Amino acid sequence: MKGKKLAARILFIAAFASILWLLQLLVQPKYMGKVVEGNLIPEYYQETTGHELLILGDCEVYENISPVILWEEFGISSYIRGSAQQLIPQSYYMLKDTLRREKPKVVLLSVSAMQESGQTNEAYNRMTMEGLAWSMDKLKVIQETKMEDEYLIEYLFPLLRYHSRWKELTQEDIKYLFHREKVSHNGYYMRADVRPLADFPEPRRKADYRFPQAAQEYLEKIRLLCETEGIQLILMKAPSLYPVWYDQWEEQIQAFAGENNLTYWNCIPAIDQIGLDFQTDTYDGGLHMNVYGAEKLTRYLGKKIREVSTLNDLRQDKVLSAVWKEKAEFYDQMKAAQEAEIREYGFLRQFSNP
Amino acid sequence: MEELLDILKEINPDVDYATCTTLVEDGFITSMQIVMLVGEINQEFGVAIPANKILPEYFNSAKTIYALIQELEEE
Amino acid sequence: MLLVSYEFLLFFILLVMLYYVIPGRAQWVLLLAASYFFFLSGGWKPVIFILITTLSTWILGLKLGKRNQAVTAYIKENQLSRQEKKEYRIRQKKISWRWLLMGLWLNFGILGVLKYTNFILGNMNGIFYRISTPMQLKRVDWILPLGISYYTFQSMGYLIDIYRNKYKPEKHLGHFALFISFFPQLIQGPITRFDEMKEQLTAVHFLNKRQIAFGLQRMLWGYFKKLIVADRLVHAVTAIGQNPEQYRGSFVLVGMICYTLQIYADFSGGIDIVIGAAQVLGIKLPENFERPYFSKTVGEYWRRWHMSLMTWLREYIFYPASVCGPVTRMTRWGKEHLGEALGRRIPVYVATLIVWFVTGIWHGASWNFVFWGLLNGIVLLLSSEMAPWQKRFHEKHPGLKGKTWFSLVQIGRTLLVLSVIQTLEYYGSVSRMLTMQFSMLTEFSLKPWTDGSLFTIGLDGWDWLVVFQGLFLMLIVSLWQRKGSVRERIAQKPEMFRWTLWAVLFLLVITLGTYGHGFEASQFIYNQF
Repeated sequence: MKGKKLAARILFIAAFASILWLLQLLVQPKYMGKVVEGNLIPEYYQETTGHELLILGDCEVYENISPVILWEEFGISSYIRGSAQQLIPQSYYMLKDTLRREKPKVVLLSVSAMQESGQTNEAYNRMTMEGLAWSMDKLKVIQETKMEDEYLIEYLFPLLRYHSRWKELTQEDIKYLFHREKVSHNGYYMRADVRPLADFPEPRRKADYRFPQAAQEYLEKIRLLCETEGIQLILMKAPSLYPVWYDQWEEQIQAFAGENNLTYWNCIPAIDQIGLDFQTDTYDGGLHMNVYGAEKLTRYLGKKIREVSTLNDLRQDKVLSAVWKEKAEFYDQMKAAQEAEIREYGFLRQFSNP
Repeated sequence: MEELLDILKEINPDVDYATCTTLVEDGFITSMQIVMLVGEINQEFGVAIPANKILPEYFNSAKTIYALIQELEEE
Repeated sequence: MLLVSYEFLLFFILLVMLYYVIPGRAQWVLLLAASYFFFLSGGWKPVIFILITTLSTWILGLKLGKRNQAVTAYIKENQLSRQEKKEYRIRQKKISWRWLLMGLWLNFGILGVLKYTNFILGNMNGIFYRISTPMQLKRVDWILPLGISYYTFQSMGYLIDIYRNKYKPEKHLGHFALFISFFPQLIQGPITRFDEMKEQLTAVHFLNKRQIAFGLQRMLWGYFKKLIVADRLVHAVTAIGQNPEQYRGSFVLVGMICYTLQIYADFSGGIDIVIGAAQVLGIKLPENFERPYFSKTVGEYWRRWHMSLMTWLREYIFYPASVCGPVTRMTRWGKEHLGEALGRRIPVYVATLIVWFVTGIWHGASWNFVFWGLLNGIVLLLSSEMAPWQKRFHEKHPGLKGKTWFSLVQIGRTLLVLSVIQTLEYYGSVSRMLTMQFSMLTEFSLKPWTDGSLFTIGLDGWDWLVVFQGLFLMLIVSLWQRKGSVRERIAQKPEMFRWTLWAVLFLLVITLGTYGHGFEASQFIYNQF
């Protein structure tokens, strides 16, 4: 009798926990529609082989660099761990998270986030940190970069954050309850549409051009971690025309790179050398590159990485070749499909407002 | 006691004052009626009930009210 | 710290775990520390005020207690005639009265200055303006300590009780400080009496599974009322209330009904959380609501709504006012000059108006609250004057009493009267309230109910559905409550049934509750008082 009662209780608790868990899965955003960036970070954990190059940063990396091209043309195996407005502290913890799984030889870090003193949009934080695997580092990064009205517990139990979505659940939420389609190419977010350069507002004068304390502190932490792990750290600034990259910022980064003997590439002066044409190589009027621009920049960067690092050409490796062949197929397929869609409709339906 | 019962009957005739011991608790007499009652008692018995004695425990039954009057008369 | 916040839940969980592992003798110390932590979460500056109140009340309480003892001892030791005894008592009482007065002036003074200075300044500016004086006084920006109205009333109740020799004063400063600051009741009551709390607050509380379960269940029900019903309805309430130009006519009726329902769900839900939390700690707080919206008269309603405050006002203001010197003299004069019938009404009228003036101003430092209070008092006086007619009506129609439909009519009538009075609170000014009530009558149309405008005032169709279901559940539970504790009856059901029931309620609160981003966890309506 006693055993029966105990069994019933255990069963009840298990059932209750399962319902809570299912409910949580149900209300969490699936990021399979117009916004897919929420899937960039968790997709990393599906990787079966390692990477010699780790790319960290915000949209200036995950929309501008194509790992498939890096592989096909340089034999470099790479992964981009970047997300929307990923802060420097978040990149630091992303590096730590990666180091627990593998050890890349080179880290390429975009410095554009150095200007951010904190997160400005909750959704960006959610998309960056929610997909991270559970660890002390995840708790730390949430605690350190959450916005004022965000709560750690709402990351521990996303149900608490998304519960009010019960009203707007769609078919998609059921369909992607347990799985997602792959959206990125080793962290690269592909767009084949074109929207030529638009006018940007005139750059404004700033009162203080010094980088925020937290960004500086974590840049140094990243440098130190790479040093102790024996990883080569390369800094870069992507060739985007907007937001403005001030000369004062450039000086600070150059000083930092000089002091610590790091390689730093500012790609803005090299736009012509890269061959970028902002009439055809951007999908949103010059903010971010489309696949054509990204491929150009990738070729430029690949060459430079080759020059300064000791990365091998891995194309002879049988296992890796097989894995990357699959990736390349997926890449080409998506590119072709997007191009076909643009020919037919003039735009990409998935990313346009209905 | 008779005098008191007359006063009470005037205030609320629908109560059996011989048995009811929850006059205040169950709302048979309201706070306003208590104030009326205090005034009537003052007039009929010449006893002024002080504020600290106007409490449910003294007004819950005819018996307790009467006891209170007697106690105050003695002082 | 709001009762509806992750901080509070975390604080409470940690407290409860600690509470039941430390030695029983130390439990009250932990409660005191937790209460001050809770108080300090609203800022450290106001702590000076609660300390002044605690210390002054404690010292004066001891003083008054000692004087009471001395009087009794003196009378016992000396052979005095009855007349001598009486005279001695009166003499001593007068001295005690001065000590009491000191405490009352100090503490009500603090409350009055902090809470009502701006009200007084505003009125003075109004007068200056009227008499065309260019002088205008600047409003002050003073802090209002957490729960100051509640703890001031509670501590002054204590002091008056000691003066009246109802119980002995507390000698232990720590115990007394806990009585004044006990955290669950600090924000919105209930106001407690020292003799019902004394033993409980300092006793050793052992882990009692049933107590804890019942307490948590009550808290959960409170969160249900607050998060699912009140905080959802509040969107419609503010949308209509703050845009009176846009929402006229029938919308006034919608706003009025929503407001009536919202304040009950909000306040009684908050009290459920408070009483439940105290129960988890093994402490029984008095009830503050007894299904007030089932009342058949306005008088009955005020005996069932915010009961602890109304009891306080009755015992310490209404009765004393009715028998105090000036009123007694006025009564005597009235009986001589105005006749018996009018004269005997004087104490009731005067005391009623005084107590309702205080009730009004207690609820908010502005004239609309004063009028709201006085209007309640007038309605109560009117209904007591109409009692003879009512009696005659029932004598003519003896079958009506006890009929369900007639009771429902009475309840409906009472609710309607209360809702109308409450629009004074809702619209914030007398003139606007009158304008809106007028527009409700003159611009009434069914259109807003049918053309979908109801979905444009902050709640969509789903929200209304949830609100109605929630209110329906509240109604069912209230009906059950008339036959005794609902939790008690649920506890007798088979375990799996019970567990499922509470689990479902929990899931409902978690998913349908209005909390987190996109919604501002609205402060408890009664918080600011």
